[in-house]
Amino acid sequence: MTYLAKPRLHHPTLACNAIGFTRRDYEGKISTLCAGCGHDSISAAIIQACWELDIEPHRVAKLSGIGCSSKTPDYFLGQAHGFNTVHGRMPSVLTGANLANRELIYLGVSGDGDSASIGIGQFVHAIRRGVNMTYIVENNGVYGLTKGQFSATADQGSVSKKGVVNADSPLDMVTMALQLGATYVGRGFSGDKKQLVPLIKGALNHRGAAFLDVISPCVAFNNHAGSTRSYDWVREHNAAVNRLDVMPARAQIVADYAPGDTIDVEQHDGGVLRLHKLDAAWDPRDRIAALNLVQQRQARGELVTGLLFVDPQARDLHGHLGTVQQPLNTLSERELCPGTTALAKINTALR
Amino acid sequence: MTPAVSPLRAVNDFVVKFANVNGSGSASANELFAKAILRMGVPVSPRNIFPSNIQGLPTWYEVRVTERGWLGRRGGVDLMVAMNPQTWDADIAEIEPGGYLFHDGSKPLPKSKFRDDITVIAVPLTELCNAAWEDPRQRQLFKNIMYVGALSALLDMDVATLEALVAEQYRGKEKLLPPNLKALHLGRDWALQNLACPIGLTVRRADAVGDRIFVEGNAAAALGCVYGGATVCAWYPITPSSSLAEAFQKYCQKYRVDEAGNARFAILQAEDEIASIGMVVGAGWNGARAFTATSGPGISLMNEFIGLAYFAEIPATIINVQRGGPSTGMPTRTQQSDVLACAYASHGDTRHVLLFPEDPHECFAFSAAALDLADRLQTPVFVMTDLDIGMNQRLCAPFEWGESRRYDRGKVMTAGDLESGREFARYKDVDGDGIPWRTWPGTHPDKGAYFTRGTSRNPQAQYSERGPDYVYNMERLLKKFDNAKSLVPQPVIVQSGPPARHGVIFYGSTSPAMAEAIELLAGQGIALDTLRVRAYPFPDTVRDFIEAHARVFVVEQNRDGQLRTLLVNEFDMDPARLVAVLHYDGTPITARFIAGAIADALAQSAAAAKTAQMENVA
Ligand SMILES: Cc1ncc(C[n+]2csc(CCOP(=O)(O)OP(=O)(O)O)c2C)c(N)n1
Ligand code: SF4
Ligand SMILES: [Mg+2]
Repeated sequence: MTYLAKPRLHHPTLACNAIGFTRRDYEGKISTLCAGCGHDSISAAIIQACWELDIEPHRVAKLSGIGCSSKTPDYFLGQAHGFNTVHGRMPSVLTGANLANRELIYLGVSGDGDSASIGIGQFVHAIRRGVNMTYIVENNGVYGLTKGQFSATADQGSVSKKGVVNADSPLDMVTMALQLGATYVGRGFSGDKKQLVPLIKGALNHRGAAFLDVISPCVAFNNHAGSTRSYDWVREHNAAVNRLDVMPARAQIVADYAPGDTIDVEQHDGGVLRLHKLDAAWDPRDRIAALNLVQQRQARGELVTGLLFVDPQARDLHGHLGTVQQPLNTLSERELCPGTTALAKINTALR
Repeated sequence: MTPAVSPLRAVNDFVVKFANVNGSGSASANELFAKAILRMGVPVSPRNIFPSNIQGLPTWYEVRVTERGWLGRRGGVDLMVAMNPQTWDADIAEIEPGGYLFHDGSKPLPKSKFRDDITVIAVPLTELCNAAWEDPRQRQLFKNIMYVGALSALLDMDVATLEALVAEQYRGKEKLLPPNLKALHLGRDWALQNLACPIGLTVRRADAVGDRIFVEGNAAAALGCVYGGATVCAWYPITPSSSLAEAFQKYCQKYRVDEAGNARFAILQAEDEIASIGMVVGAGWNGARAFTATSGPGISLMNEFIGLAYFAEIPATIINVQRGGPSTGMPTRTQQSDVLACAYASHGDTRHVLLFPEDPHECFAFSAAALDLADRLQTPVFVMTDLDIGMNQRLCAPFEWGESRRYDRGKVMTAGDLESGREFARYKDVDGDGIPWRTWPGTHPDKGAYFTRGTSRNPQAQYSERGPDYVYNMERLLKKFDNAKSLVPQPVIVQSGPPARHGVIFYGSTSPAMAEAIELLAGQGIALDTLRVRAYPFPDTVRDFIEAHARVFVVEQNRDGQLRTLLVNEFDMDPARLVAVLHYDGTPITARFIAGAIADALAQSAAAAKTAQMENVA
């Protein structure tokens, strides 16, 4: 017996997607974050992306760690199960959930404190394993929820609201994800929804470990002079490398991205420069080039945004483990229990 | 040499200890020796005593031959097979007066290296091996099987049984069979021709094994997880639990691969124990049966997640193969010292279900039961085994499984249930047993979704910091825990005859030593009723047992009397009623120790009572 989604009655002016849902159907609880928090814009982008992809909300499993960012799964996809786990350990819980049922869409939401400080080990290993997921780090360079301490992504020399100067060198999660073998890597900016929505859509469609670092200024603790993550600063330093129109078919993500295609590049001033694919020594299927690009721009004080790398042929953890197609959580005694005859044989062999 | 003390004489009742160098290939030969005696119908109880090392350090294998079936460690050594020069002195010192020493006599040793109250048996193993083989590796390897051959003559063992076992061992690798049989006979023939065979210790065919099986607890627990329907296993290597996950892998490869070659299981070696329990929690949340196997340090790391699983009510099975703590403690020695760490694991008010298997048979049964209980109670369930059970082959009742047995998946609402209009409130006690209903992710398009969190919430799973909501939830969790008392394996009570004045409570791997101790004490006129605790929360029968006896000894393998503390705390009981009998040097507890400690305690209190009486008179 299958249960088809039954969209609620809607205001006739609200646009429906192919499965009859309006954007409302992808919303969650009212956010309790600070007004203007970058994280809320990311939630809005997730809602938009899921709506555009005609995803049934209940087929998504939302998992997060602890932090302001990790609270957000409650604020989108209200019909999806969510799990606010423990600080820094979302990746392991998501991995286990994914093993249990490979048919759902796994969306992990985390913060820079959650993923780059306390949880860096789990971030590293979940990516290495190729868990089929969309892993979004809402990166504000601070611990929002515990009131403004530096996280490991805070830039060296950046000054906290309390006047403390950060002397430690920063972690770049995009570089790490590339090195760790993530098969879809991008960076976005919470204030640039036009770029962010396709990035998220591509990640959701990708079969493998998709990682997105989304710069998300904290209005409470990281939007003052001296901070390197405030809106103004990021806008200025944003260098968007490309903008993809993601195709819904799983393996097709970059299929249309042939030489001759046009790529938009956002300029320091926020304007868009249209780049031709052939023009750039840049290929989103070239991991080494992506790493180089990120490093070169970083040396110039710029953050590269856009889809940096994708491997359309990626295999995921289930592929590595050779698990059955049928979700493990639906297997019963019949498939799982070897039975009494086998046990009698085992007993005999142990005598 | 003629010993100064008359040589020990015993049939089917003695202890042989093999002193070897780790990594020298002795393990399989020693196991062959033990299994041959078993096949002769005489129970044996072998124990590995090994260092935290892969190659080079000393390792021992102790075999108790016991027609009476006393499977606990006896203590003392009647025949020492001294194959390790490094530990020679200590090994010689351990032999009982009148005992025997077997060694490689290829190189003469000074008289000072021996004792005059033991019988020395020298077999030129190296010489014989060097004459028979060229390859140094073979010379080393065949020495092991050669001493088994020599022992078979000395102990009057059935050679056909040994030959059959060797043939079983090399089934499929027939090329290796002839040289092994050759080595076996070289040793045996040399002993028959050059030594007075048999010695005072002999094995005589008997019928005392029955249909029992011989297996390690870790393999048994792994098989229990296969039968119990675990599909996800996440683990991080740690002695003495690693072989459990490895056995699960082996059994799954055999029984859980479909016709197309796809796996009906997922095993992940995680990056640490935090990740392994996280994966188990994630899988449990998503409706798969999941478990992890670990030991003390792993439990310490898992604490935060255990609290989350308790509070968010997620099934998780944790098999704790206990070893000596704290810290790295004695990683290759046995203890029961994680009882409190598991019963109250994590911050805040928590209580967890613990199961205490006594042997591999129960490791199998309780692992499968734990998966059911975790689903039924929606909470972490611990299987508290230890190194003594886990890493040693133990004779036990065969595994059992009912053909019609079905998994208890607990209270899970299906799409059909939700569609039929049944109310869903994730954390509401609708049935009066404290256990709420849950849904799995992806069940229904617009019903039954909820947000799981470790923060407080109301019965509808909505975030709430209201005191009454928090208290409702915490009280419900307590009610659920209370309910578990009737679901867990019940205690085993053995009455000595007419109600005894004193009782004993014990659990887990103490079992075989306890049975023997009770007989030793009965021989001294001390009658004791016993209760074997098989689970926490303690059913009321445990309290009744304590209250029915003037004093109850609580026998444990830890320093602090952890189960006793738990009993005192849970029953709010006068600690004076419970007398701790504690053994915690890392070796398995013995009947001699238990009987001695209890007899001493009773003698002391009798003396004290007498003094008090006299004082009253004066
Ligand atoms: C084990 C543990 N240690 C500390 C905390 C306290 N804590 C809560 S959120 C947080 C930092 C969150 O930072 P981030 O992930 O960057 O999220 P943000 O609030 O910035 O979005 C900390 C340290 C905790 N919840 N658990
Ligand atoms: S503290 Fe910062 S991160 Fe947290 S909600 Fe407020 S603005 Fe967002
Ligand atoms: Mg942050």
